[in-house]
Amino acid sequence: MAQYTLNINGEQRTVDVDPDTPLLWVLRDDLKLVGTKYGCGVAQCGVCTVHVNGVAMRSCTFPVSGVGVAEVTTIEGLSKNGDHPVQKAWKQHDVPQCGYCQAGQIMTAAAFLKDNPNPSEKEIAAAMNGVICRCATYTQIKAAVKAAAKL
Amino acid sequence: MTQFKTHISRRSFFKSTVIVGGGMLLGFNWLSSCMREEDAARALVLPDEWFDINAFLKIGNNGVVTIMAPNPEIGQNVKTSLPMIVAEELDVDWNQVIVEQAPLNTDAFTRQVAGGSQSVRQSWEGLRKAGATARHMLVAAAAARWGVDPADCSTSKGVITGEDGRQLRYEEVATEAAGMEVPEEVELKDPSEFKIVGTGHGNVDIEKIITGQPLYGIDTQKEGMQFAVVLRPPAFGQKLVSFDDSEARKVNGVTDVIRFGDKIAVLAKSTWPAIKGKKALRAQWAVDTPLESTAQHDKAMVDLLDKRSEEPMRKDGDVKKAFAEADQVLERVYEAPYLPHNPMEPMNFYADVREDGVELTGPTQTPAGARREVAELLGRNESEITLMMTRQGGGFGRRLYNDPAQEAAEISSLAKSPVQLVFTREDDMTAGTYRPATKYKVRASIKDGQITGYHLTEAAMSSHLYGSIAHFFPAGIIPNFLFEAHAVESNITTGAWRAPHTNFHAFVDQSFFDELAEALKADPVLLRLDLLEKVKELQDDRIQYSPERLQGVIRLVAEKGNWGKAPEGVYQGFSAYYCHNTHVAELAEVVLNDGKPVLKKIYCAIDCGIVVNPLAARNQAEGGIIDGIGHAMYGDLTFSDGQPSYNNFDTYRLIRMSEAPEVEVHFVENDIAPTGLGEPPFPPAAPAFANAVYKATGKRLYKFPFVKELEG
Ligand code: FES
Ligand code: FES
Repeated sequence: MAQYTLNINGEQRTVDVDPDTPLLWVLRDDLKLVGTKYGCGVAQCGVCTVHVNGVAMRSCTFPVSGVGVAEVTTIEGLSKNGDHPVQKAWKQHDVPQCGYCQAGQIMTAAAFLKDNPNPSEKEIAAAMNGVICRCATYTQIKAAVKAAAKL
Repeated sequence: MTQFKTHISRRSFFKSTVIVGGGMLLGFNWLSSCMREEDAARALVLPDEWFDINAFLKIGNNGVVTIMAPNPEIGQNVKTSLPMIVAEELDVDWNQVIVEQAPLNTDAFTRQVAGGSQSVRQSWEGLRKAGATARHMLVAAAAARWGVDPADCSTSKGVITGEDGRQLRYEEVATEAAGMEVPEEVELKDPSEFKIVGTGHGNVDIEKIITGQPLYGIDTQKEGMQFAVVLRPPAFGQKLVSFDDSEARKVNGVTDVIRFGDKIAVLAKSTWPAIKGKKALRAQWAVDTPLESTAQHDKAMVDLLDKRSEEPMRKDGDVKKAFAEADQVLERVYEAPYLPHNPMEPMNFYADVREDGVELTGPTQTPAGARREVAELLGRNESEITLMMTRQGGGFGRRLYNDPAQEAAEISSLAKSPVQLVFTREDDMTAGTYRPATKYKVRASIKDGQITGYHLTEAAMSSHLYGSIAHFFPAGIIPNFLFEAHAVESNITTGAWRAPHTNFHAFVDQSFFDELAEALKADPVLLRLDLLEKVKELQDDRIQYSPERLQGVIRLVAEKGNWGKAPEGVYQGFSAYYCHNTHVAELAEVVLNDGKPVLKKIYCAIDCGIVVNPLAARNQAEGGIIDGIGHAMYGDLTFSDGQPSYNNFDTYRLIRMSEAPEVEVHFVENDIAPTGLGEPPFPPAAPAFANAVYKATGKRLYKFPFVKELEG
């Protein structure tokens, strides 16, 4: 076990875990930030996506020992009042079905739109391809990403 | 308005309280608000006092109304749609409604089940009556106070108005209303008066979903709880001989290792050490029952396709004779593999088995079943067990089976500790209860330009299709008709998987129909419409669908998708199918990209009666269609030596955004009582696509997953 002081959603949080513990489980079990979801654990489904220094990263294969002083943002910290443009667009389009993958979808979309504020449909599909939605909400995700770009 | 018997007795009126998460480390909040964004500013204030009107609703002293969501929410939107039905008849403002997830309570609620696309259909009348009964009692209370006839009072948005214009708000008469006689009959609104039903309302949990608040079973964390991950036999047919847990116990955070039956649970302070501990276990397995392989299954099913059944599911005339006398016989074999459900939230369950009672929390489509099975397993009374349903990260049929609740209860009972059992994705994909691998042989005879015989044989692993499917179109109008089904015994567990059997039968039936139309040199849409005319003349009460409604969706989608008028380079395919009480037709458009067929768009027409929540209905249809395409394209699970060939998304492929077609959905407007949407849009998608692929390439598809044939 080792102590790590992490910068999560703008707060310093200290945890005592094994160095190989994926950031995902530190967030969920140790810090009780359960908005970041577990789907596969092998960097394939994207539902565990968080921002590390503003870049979308899969937390399920990112060991806590590698986080260092990086700024980590989770779905809980994406905005103060749930009013990030992507969150707003998600609401407007009533995107979620079961909702389980949506934190990963939203975090992926938010990081993508920051780099590419005016994306084409093809670019949206390429960027969002990494996050699986078993309920297949893809039609509304695409529409919401487009709408968020305009908010 | 029409009078309806209520069947609501005094007994079902019980005292309810707002549920807050007792002993929770993580505050689950079982209340969800329906407010629109513009109302968020003046956030709903919870009242100090609630008046229980009946099991379905209570009214706060500030006018806020709580409506219970009785059924498990697996993404089919019942947590929003069912309360909307109550609110409609209660006649309140949807923005003043809070939805509360009901716990399992078989005294107060009927059918707390998510399955078979039945939630809306089977709850429709009961929920309307619950709302209408409450409204009736509130009006009666106001009328009594005013000394007027209730018939002269009207309601709107939670306000009762007397003939003379006097007004009382629901909360002002709620106490008196709760003491009123429960009416034996109530008036229900005419659908033309609906204000909430038929209007799109957003998911009541949306705020929590987009901000990542605890909501799902896997988010459950309670005081004193341990996490458990289980090692199960790697192959179907194996049993546990012995194991060495010395390495597992050395993992930091691992608290215990417990064997139960042929499984071993690793308990830990958090999930990761439990996963690591499981990997560190060394177990010896032995063969208990024969280890099976796909090649073996294939052979067994093929053999059965030529076997005659003693008890056919439907038999008309003499197919043998029809085939002997035919001008032409068409014979095709269709194949589908096993499929895992793969809900995005892996299986999990929380159990706290104590002397003084058992607490269960988690995702299940059949909570009453979970409680019963856990009671049996532990030898306890059902009355000692409470069960709280969480929002579920998908179900697709997997959570009809309560092995996770049972395992959690068993581990908790052995560990004498509250336990949150979590399946890894690998566990989830390899633990069984799959959509059974299935094959069909279909034959049809044609004589003098007519279909004279139709013979369908199913062979499926561990199960076979159910009765009503044998009477689907075109049963009844073909004089010689035989429908048979066989099951191959296997130790690989199977179960209901989104649109059980119809998810593959629709492909078989509708692909074959396309070939039949071609053999008859008929337009497949016109041929369907013509044959459905003949269904109208039948007197056969085994046929449950309405030929008129099926024709309606066929015509609607043909019109919206410009059937027969595709632009250059666009190839169309058609399908129409009735299942789970809903009528659906779909039209697929395929284009060629470097000579390879690519699905661009699916048009869909649905007749599910009254559309309770158009937003949610659209979501169900879009999702069901893309899911139908995804699993037909990529879904595949094979076995060798009893072991599934894939166990995670690095090798098991689910459809992604870039592969999803555009979807355009149209609903038939009518006043017929609503039916479900969780399953019906799914089955017709694959055949519409396959029929369009044929138009584009001249190649017929007979086998799931299509990707093997299309991408080589
Ligand atoms: S859980 Fe991290 S990518 Fe699937
Ligand atoms: S909404 Fe269910 S997995 Fe995406």
